[in-house]
Amino acid sequence: MDMQLKRGLLDVCVLAAIKSEDSYGYQIIKDMKPYVEISESTLYPILRRLENAELLSVHSVEHNGRLRKYYHITPLGLKRIEAFQDEWEEIQSIYRFIIREDSSHDKT
Amino acid sequence: MTKREFISQLRGHLSGLPKEDIEKSIEYYSEIIDDRMEDGSPEDSAVEAIGSPSEIATQILMDTPLPKLVKAKAKPQRALKVWEIVLLVLGSPLWLSLLFAGVMVIFALYIALWSCIVSLYAVDLSLAASGLAGLLGFGALLSNHFYAQSVFILGIGLVCAGLAVPFFFVCNLISKKILVWSKKILLFIKSRMIGKEKAQ
Repeated sequence: MDMQLKRGLLDVCVLAAIKSEDSYGYQIIKDMKPYVEISESTLYPILRRLENAELLSVHSVEHNGRLRKYYHITPLGLKRIEAFQDEWEEIQSIYRFIIREDSSHDKT
Repeated sequence: MTKREFISQLRGHLSGLPKEDIEKSIEYYSEIIDDRMEDGSPEDSAVEAIGSPSEIATQILMDTPLPKLVKAKAKPQRALKVWEIVLLVLGSPLWLSLLFAGVMVIFALYIALWSCIVSLYAVDLSLAASGLAGLLGFGALLSNHFYAQSVFILGIGLVCAGLAVPFFFVCNLISKKILVWSKKILLFIKSRMIGKEKAQ
C-alpha cells in the first residue's frame, strides 16, 4: 500500500490495539499481525508520535525482573478513533468516486 | 548477533542524538528483543528479526527533525567556564556571521533545487505557448498572403507543441529525481551530525 496512506491509518490501528486494555510493543505487533503487517522499526516512531501528541501515555511495569513499557490510551486517543469513524465515511465516498468509472489507472 | 552487540552498535550509530532519545530507543528495542526471546525465539534470531542497527538508526534519524539534531549537537557536555562565555560573546561577530552564512548556504541550496524544478516547467510551458503562437502567426501571415512563411511558422509551432507533451513527462521524472536527491542530501547532513563515535 502507498506509504503516505498507510502511515495515517497505522496511527489509528495502534490506538485501536490498546483501546480495550493497555499493551506493550511486542504484543501490539502480534495483535495487529492478522490484520496489518507492521515492523518494530515502523511501530517505534508511531508510538513516539502518539505519545508526544498525548493520544497515549506510557508507564513501566515490572515483568520477569525487567521493566516493560505499557501504553495506555488517553481520552484524546479515544477521540481520535471516534474521529476516524467519521473519516471512514469520507474515505468510502472517495472510494466510490474513484471506482465510479473505469479505474484501471493505478496511479499513486 | 547478540542482544548486547545489537544495543551497543545501535548506541554507536545514534550517538549525537539527545541522550533521552537514545535511551528511549534502546529501551524500546531491548524490550522487544526480550519479549521475542520470552516468546521462545533464540537470541540471535530475535535480534535478526528486528533488522540491522544501522537501518534502524537511519530510520530514527529520518524521524528526528533537523533543528533538534543541531540543538543536541550544540549543547555543551558540561557547564561553560567564565572565560569561555567571554570568548563566545567577544567572538560573536565572527561565529554569528559564520553561522548565518551556513544557514544561508543550506537555504540557497534549497532555493536552487526548487528553481531547477520551476525552470523545467517554465520551459515546458513556453514550448506549449510557442505552439499556440505558431498557430496565431500562421493565421496572421496567411491573411497577409505570406504563404510560405505561414507554413513555416505553423510547422515550427506544431513541433514546439509536440515537444511540450513528452517534455512534460521528462519534467515530472526529473523533478521526482531532484526531490529524492534533496532527501538524500538532508539525510547526509543529518548523518554528519551523529554517529561520529564508534561503537565499542
